[in-house]
Amino acid sequence: MPLSPRLPADALVRNFNELKPPLRPQEALVEASRCLYCFDAPCIMACPSGIDVPAFIKKIAFGNPAGAAKTILTANILGASCARVCPTQVLCEGACVLDDRDEQPIQIGRLQRYATDYVTERKISVLPPPPIRRSGRQIAVIGAGPAGLGCAAELARLGHHVTVFEKQPHAGGLNTYGIAYYKMKPQVSLAEVELVQSLGVEIRTGMMVGRDITMDQLEKDYAAVFVGVGLGAATRLRIPGEDLPEVVDALEFISHIHTDRLEKIPVGRRVAVIGCGNTAIDAVTQAKRLGAERAFIVYRRDEADMSAYGFEYEHAKHDGAQFLFKAAPVEVIATDGHVSGLKLVLTNLVKGKAHPVAGSEWIEPCDLVLKAVGQEKQVKLLRSLFPALTIDDRGVIAHDKLTGQTSVPHIFVGGDCGNGGREVVNAVGEGKKAAHGIHAYLTRQKAPLPLQPSRLGAKQGATGSGLLSPIRAHELEAAMKR
Amino acid sequence: MADLSCNLAGIKSPNPFWVASGPPANTGYQAHRAFEAGWGGVVWKTIGVPIVNVSSRYSALNYGPQRMIGLNNIELISDRAPETNFREIAEVKKRWPHHAVIASLMVETREQWHEFVKRAIDAGADGIELNYGCPHGMCERGMGSAVGQQPAVTEKITGWVMEVATVPVIVKLTPNITDVTAVARAAKRAGANAISLINTINSITNVNLDTFVPEPTVRGLSSHGGYCGPAVKPIALNMVQACAADTEVGLPISGIGGITTWRDAAEFIALGSSSLQVCTAIMHYGFRIVEDLNDGLNAYLDSKGMHSLADLRGRAVNKLNKWENLDLHFHRVARIDYDKCIGCNLCYIACEDGAHQCIDLKSPDELKLGLGPGRVPHKPVPKVREEDCVGCNLCSLVCPVDDCITMTVIENGQPPMTWSNYQDKLAKGQMRPIPPHP
Repeated sequence: MPLSPRLPADALVRNFNELKPPLRPQEALVEASRCLYCFDAPCIMACPSGIDVPAFIKKIAFGNPAGAAKTILTANILGASCARVCPTQVLCEGACVLDDRDEQPIQIGRLQRYATDYVTERKISVLPPPPIRRSGRQIAVIGAGPAGLGCAAELARLGHHVTVFEKQPHAGGLNTYGIAYYKMKPQVSLAEVELVQSLGVEIRTGMMVGRDITMDQLEKDYAAVFVGVGLGAATRLRIPGEDLPEVVDALEFISHIHTDRLEKIPVGRRVAVIGCGNTAIDAVTQAKRLGAERAFIVYRRDEADMSAYGFEYEHAKHDGAQFLFKAAPVEVIATDGHVSGLKLVLTNLVKGKAHPVAGSEWIEPCDLVLKAVGQEKQVKLLRSLFPALTIDDRGVIAHDKLTGQTSVPHIFVGGDCGNGGREVVNAVGEGKKAAHGIHAYLTRQKAPLPLQPSRLGAKQGATGSGLLSPIRAHELEAAMKR
Repeated sequence: MADLSCNLAGIKSPNPFWVASGPPANTGYQAHRAFEAGWGGVVWKTIGVPIVNVSSRYSALNYGPQRMIGLNNIELISDRAPETNFREIAEVKKRWPHHAVIASLMVETREQWHEFVKRAIDAGADGIELNYGCPHGMCERGMGSAVGQQPAVTEKITGWVMEVATVPVIVKLTPNITDVTAVARAAKRAGANAISLINTINSITNVNLDTFVPEPTVRGLSSHGGYCGPAVKPIALNMVQACAADTEVGLPISGIGGITTWRDAAEFIALGSSSLQVCTAIMHYGFRIVEDLNDGLNAYLDSKGMHSLADLRGRAVNKLNKWENLDLHFHRVARIDYDKCIGCNLCYIACEDGAHQCIDLKSPDELKLGLGPGRVPHKPVPKVREEDCVGCNLCSLVCPVDDCITMTVIENGQPPMTWSNYQDKLAKGQMRPIPPHP
C-alpha cells in the first residue's frame, strides 16, 4: 500500500510542539540566579564554540538579556539553534559544577535560548557592524550549513568579503532541514541565516559547486575556499529490497517534515528504523508523532553499544518507540511492489562484532523502512572537486585542527566533512577557527584567536577554553575512571 | 522544653516574640489574629493625633529572585481615631490577659503626652513605647526621629511621660544617628524602664529608570522612607550590642531589626535583647511565622542545655571588644577540602582580584589529587599558599559548598600580643617595629 498521512492537522500540531518550551522572564531570572559565576568555568571549556557561559548568564540575572545575546552570538553566530539542539547534557550542562554539588545543573541551553529569542523577537541587533574598511579579499564558502555559516560570519566580522554557495533552496544545512521538529523549527535556522547575511555575507542558494560553478572558477575568483559540505546520502544497507519506494533515508524523511505541511507527510502504520544513533531516534519519535501505530528501531548490537545519547533513548522510549536489539536486517519484503515487512535475523555479539544466528530469521510487518545507519562520506565528491586534497582513511579531509587548513594551503575545512560527523556546535566552532585560519593565511600573520576569559587573564586568553579543545562530559567520566 | 516566657522591665509575655509597632499591629482584629497564631505581645501601631496617609506607601529591595530583603515605607502613624485604638486595646487585653499589649505613642506637647499616656493606661496597656524614631513624615513636625536624634529632647519628653506613667515605659531609638548610646543614656536619665531598637533607617530603595522617580511613587514624586527587613539586621545587632554593653545605659532591651528566623532571634538575645519585635517578616509571610520562631528557638535552647531566655541573654555582648584588644599573633589560614571542592574557582578569583593573592591554580596532577568531582583534565584546582595567607576569610565566604574551605588556626607559639601591647612595647623599646607588608 502506498503511504498516506495519518493524523489531522490539530493533532499533529500538538504532537510536534516543542519539547522544551521557552523560559518565561521570571523563570529565566530564577534559573540564571542559581549560576555560581564560576571563574574559568568548566561549561566554557565544554563548549566547542567557546561561549562565555557564566558571563551571559549573569547578564540575564542582572536584567541585560540583550547583552547576554551579544556575548552568545559574538562567540557563536548560531547560538539560537545551538541553544535548542546541543546535547547540553554532555557538553556545558554536563560540565556544570553543580553536578558535583549533587544538584541539577544550570539549564544553560534554555537560558541561551531565552537570551537569543529576546533579541530575535525584538529585532535588536547586538553584533557590532563589520569593519567599514574591508580587506578587499574574496573568500568562497562551500555549503551553508553550520560550519559554513560559522566561518562566513567570522570572516565577515574580520572584514573579508564572503560568498557562500549552497545547493539547497535554503541555507542552514541540517539546521534547516534535519533537526527533529519538536526540538527546533526551521524558522529559527532561517532567522540565523538572515543574521549572517546582515553581516554582509552573500549567500547563493541553489548553487552546486561542480555543477553550477566549477571549482576552477572558484579558485580563480576567490583568495581562499572554505569547504563545509557535510556528509552525503544515507549509508546503503546492501540488502535486497532496499530500492523499494517505501525504503527512505531517515534524514530525507525528517527533511520532508521541514519542507511540507505536517498533515501532508505520509507515514507508515508500522515503521521500522534501522540504526541506533541520534538520527534514528529523531526518525522513530517523529514517525510515532506523525501517527504510526508502531515504530521500532532495529539495531544489530546491544543497548550498551548504541551511539544515541542516553537522554535521546529515554525520550524515544517515552514516546512509545520500541527497540529490537541484536537484530540485523536481511531483506525488505514487498507485496505488490510496496514494502510489507522487514526480514530480520538475530545476531550474536563476539568481541563487539555482530554475527547472524543461522535459522533465526523472522519477518516484522512494516510498511515504511527508514535508514539511519549513518551518512556516507563524500569521498567521491571531494575527490572530484579537489583532486589535490588529502583525504584520510576515515574518508574525511585531513586538516590542521586549529586553523582548518588542508593539504592545499588556500583550502580550509570544517564541520562534518572534516570531523566525520559531530554536533552543530562543533561545526560552528570549527568554521570559526577556520575563519581565523583563513584570515591568518591571507594576512600572513598569526591570527589572534578570539580571547576567552581565562585563568591566565586576557593576555593569554583562549587557553583551556572550549573553542580550542572542548571537554565533553562522557570523556571526562571516562578520564576519571582511568 | 525551655521556658520562653519573657519579662521586659515588668512587661510579661508567654514568649519573647512581639508584633512590632507597624501595619501588622494596626487593629484589634490583627492583634487577635497575632495572639491566636502564638505571638507573645503586640506593640500597637503608634497612636497620636490622627494623620492622613498617602496611597503607595511601601517599596522593596529584591536580590535576584529573593523578594523584599529590605522594605521601605512612607506610611505614618495610625490614621485611626485614638478612641478607636484605645477601645480595641481594652478589648484585646480583656480577651488576652496574659499577653503583652504595649501602646506605642507619638504626640507633641506635654499636655498631649500626659493625656495619651493616661488613656493608654486606662485602656489596660501593659506598657508604653515612645516612638521617637520614625524618619519620615512626623519628624518634619518635631516628632519621631526629630526627638530621637537629640538626646536632650529625648530626655525632656521622656521625663514628661514618666511624670504620669504607672506602667513600664520603653523608649524606641532611631538608628539615624551617629551614636545610638547617647540617646539611650538620655532615656535612662529620664527614668525610662527599657529601650527598643532599631526603628527604620532613612532610605531610597530604588529609582525607576524610566521616570526617575524612586519608589514608592505618589503622583510623580517619592519621599524618603524608613528601611527595615532582613537587610538591616547587621546594623540593628550592632546597635543593640552597643546599648547592651554600655554600662551607663543599663536598660532592658527589646530588639528590633530584620528578625525573620529563630536564629535571628537567638542572635538578638545573645547580644542582650529581652524581647524581640518583628514586623517585616509578618508583612511578608503573615503571623504564622511565629510558630517556627518559638519552635526553633526552643529547640536551640534545649540543644544547648539552656533552660530559659536568661541563660542565653547577653552571652555574646562581651565577645565584642575594641580592635586594639585583638591578638595580632593569632593566625588562621584557609584550607580546601578537595573531596568537597566542586571546582568553581570562586575562591581563587576572589583572593586574586579582591583580596591578597594567596591562592594559585595548579593542575590536579601537580597536586597529586587525581581526577574526580570538581577535578577534570586540563582544569586547574585552587591551592592556598599558606605561608602567604593572611586568614582574611574571603575565600571561605564565597565558597558555595558548606565546610569545603575551613579557616584553620595555625599555632605559631607566639604569646598573644594586642595592638595596645605592641604600642606599649615599642614605646618602651622592648621590640622592633613589625616590618610593613611588602
